[in-house]
Amino acid sequence: MPKVTIDDIEIEVPDGTTILQAARMIGGEVVPPAMCYHSKLKTSGGYCRTCIVKVEKGSEKDPRPMPKPVPSCRTTVMDGMVVRNKTAPDIVEARAGIVEFLLINHPLDCPVCDQAGECDLQDLAYEHGKSHSRYDFQRRTFEKIDIGEHIKLHMTRCILCYRCVKTAEQITDGRVHGVIYRGDAAEISTYIQNVIDNDFSGNVIDVCPVGALTDRTFRFKSRVWFTKPVDAHRDCPKCSGQVRLWEKGGEVLRVTARKDKYGEVESFICNECRYDKKNASDWVIEGPSKVDRHSVIGANHYENSVLSATDDRQQTGLPHGKKVELGEGALNPNNIY
Amino acid sequence: MSKKLLLQHIDVPGINTYEVYRKQGGYKAVEKALKEMTADQILEEVKTSGLRGRGGAGFPTGMKWSFLAKPEGVARYLVCNADESEPGTFKDRYLMEKIPHLLIEGMIASSFALGANTAYIYIRGEYFYVHRILENAIKEAYANGWLGKNILGTGYDLDLYMQIGAGAYICGEETALLESLEGKRGNPRIKPPFPAVAGLWGRPTVVNNVETIAAVVPIINEGGANYANIGVGKSTGTKLISASGHINKPGVYEIELGLPVEEFIYSDQYCGGIRNGKELKAVVAGGSSVPILPKELILKTAAGEPRLMSYESLGDGGFQTGTMLGSGGFIVMDEDTSIVKNLYTFSRFYHHESCGQCSPCREGTGWMEKILKKIISGNGTLSDVDLLWDIQSKIEGKTICPLGEAAAWPVAAAIRHFRKEFEEYVTNPQNIVDVKHYYRVNNLAAV
Ligand SMILES: Cc1cc2nc3c(=O)[nH]c(=O)nc-3n(C[C@H](O)[C@H](O)[C@H](O)COP(=O)(O)O)c2cc1C
Ligand code: SF4
Ligand code: FES
Repeated sequence: MPKVTIDDIEIEVPDGTTILQAARMIGGEVVPPAMCYHSKLKTSGGYCRTCIVKVEKGSEKDPRPMPKPVPSCRTTVMDGMVVRNKTAPDIVEARAGIVEFLLINHPLDCPVCDQAGECDLQDLAYEHGKSHSRYDFQRRTFEKIDIGEHIKLHMTRCILCYRCVKTAEQITDGRVHGVIYRGDAAEISTYIQNVIDNDFSGNVIDVCPVGALTDRTFRFKSRVWFTKPVDAHRDCPKCSGQVRLWEKGGEVLRVTARKDKYGEVESFICNECRYDKKNASDWVIEGPSKVDRHSVIGANHYENSVLSATDDRQQTGLPHGKKVELGEGALNPNNIY
Repeated sequence: MSKKLLLQHIDVPGINTYEVYRKQGGYKAVEKALKEMTADQILEEVKTSGLRGRGGAGFPTGMKWSFLAKPEGVARYLVCNADESEPGTFKDRYLMEKIPHLLIEGMIASSFALGANTAYIYIRGEYFYVHRILENAIKEAYANGWLGKNILGTGYDLDLYMQIGAGAYICGEETALLESLEGKRGNPRIKPPFPAVAGLWGRPTVVNNVETIAAVVPIINEGGANYANIGVGKSTGTKLISASGHINKPGVYEIELGLPVEEFIYSDQYCGGIRNGKELKAVVAGGSSVPILPKELILKTAAGEPRLMSYESLGDGGFQTGTMLGSGGFIVMDEDTSIVKNLYTFSRFYHHESCGQCSPCREGTGWMEKILKKIISGNGTLSDVDLLWDIQSKIEGKTICPLGEAAAWPVAAAIRHFRKEFEEYVTNPQNIVDVKHYYRVNNLAAV
């Protein structure tokens, strides 16, 4: 079993483990942020470049450093490898650059975006970005389109992580959407206004790290931080039936897959569970979900007072020493970059 | 007269036809390879020759071939990269247009050495008239028994196909090329695995440039050692240079590696000096992606040595004071050239050609183009120059494929060596006489 050292912490991992997975085994601050990698999807990762790290020593056998930063999500650990993430100032700076690239054409319309509060890009920008943008040109925009009765595609917000494409490819029969055009004109599309229609189509919403694919049945119903997530299950003939219900005032506003602490889906769910079972009585309730968001308020803490904000941050493993502005702003995701 | 190995017979009338090519000694390398040599012997000759990839990166060809995985019962492929789209590079077109059988001969001998029974030439879509020439040459080769089953009665089979690209620079990147060849969107693959292990349809594949494959012919005919005797140091053999820009004699030249740059620019045998009696200002020596060098640094290295046309000499001084031989696209600029506008043109190209998979290249190339457009329209500020520098540094080395670098390097080099010119543009735009009309900036398609 190869041993790898990440930010001065050594760990032994199974053969074939990637640097990102090894870092997640260590946990805490050594874990690089990942926007396009998704553990349940094969061949995901490598696109966004937020997870880049520096390999100071390639391996015991070949100790040469790697000439360029590598995507930790797609780089396999070698025995004796020495990796730097947070402890390499050039990586921290390079990552801030990636964040800036991801944001220059992003609309920053968090106040009207359903994803706000559970958006990976929001979290990323907050933790790894800088406080202002140097981009002063017009941002690229696209028309919003409805791809079927359940899904809204808001391409302007997309960061081209390819997760939805891989989800459709890997868990549904016959994908009808993909990336068309090239460069910064590239867009996710069904090409000739097709409808994404199959039993598992709703999963593309859950894997989208931003608000590009949203649930039309939940659209503008509530800010997510005013809803309360509970884990529930039912006997479903099609999928695992293990879901997360998002309740407000006893009403189920939305059903999603459960996500782990990295925002990645634990198991994909079918459309029946997602759209047709919106009564609490359809479900066996397990209890409040543990939602481990980095920057945004954790589950069931929504009504917490301003004063506990710093505690939350410590619990959720936020970088220490980062200045926390107390006051409404710190708790309101709409104010985050 | 320096030695020519590829373009030796280029002026013989009808050399593009099979009969004339054969009369000039064509296909002898295939005869020798298939009848007198083993695959390993050919590989050894290629290694001995010191041949390095002519597509841009200069990777030793013998070493690349020896990396090819050879699992039992799995087909292997040779793919010729004829996508040639780097601005300033047009040598492969010249070779395929004038002497197509040289490439085919090289393909057969190389495929035999690699144990491939199927080979492809992936050719740039815009080279439409070359498609016919090449297709015709392939037909002639089949008709004369050089392709197909049981070639020369040796039991070796080879099928050669030409595939036409749809006009994307990125499809010259070898893994994007393979995707495109498989009929998919031309996105570069994330490596590893490398093509030598999992290439075309997941099978072991070698991708080589047109010129690299053509060079295998003289290597087999004359022997690797004789090939290695030409050139200097690790830059062996001859190289095709596409010379363009403000010179008296633009065109494709075959040079022995090691030729002094000064001689190449000023000798009548090659570029014939700067046109209209103007002064040399700068050179982009290896295709638009390599760092531009000002006159002082292209003629002599920082140490004052004469700069030579070789991988090592052009690379001397790293990117601080050196550049790269790249694909041999030699672009010469005279004293009237605006480095800033030229850079804008390059940046526009790389922005347009980005595949869009990875964020630094997708977003950064367009941003750099916009800033450059702002500067050449006379609306730039000093901080824009620093911003440009910072953006390129955040693209370089952080992308999936080297297109990111290809976009970043020209920006870095132009600012590194010509910062004053950028400053002049932003501080005294009114002094830049042709700012408003030269490129009719305002009429350019919206960025
Ligand atoms: C964006 C990009 C475009 C490229 N275009 C070409 C090309 O048009 N022709 C070519 O031979 N190599 C091109 N290359 C280099 C190829 O990826 C590859 O290195 C080359 O074909 C290998 O052949 P060689 O070893 O014979 O040089 C390109 C690389 C990149 C990153
Ligand atoms: S560097 Fe550019 S061209 Fe290459 S994979 Fe990334 S986006 Fe595509
Ligand atoms: S998460 Fe690794 S590149 Fe996107």
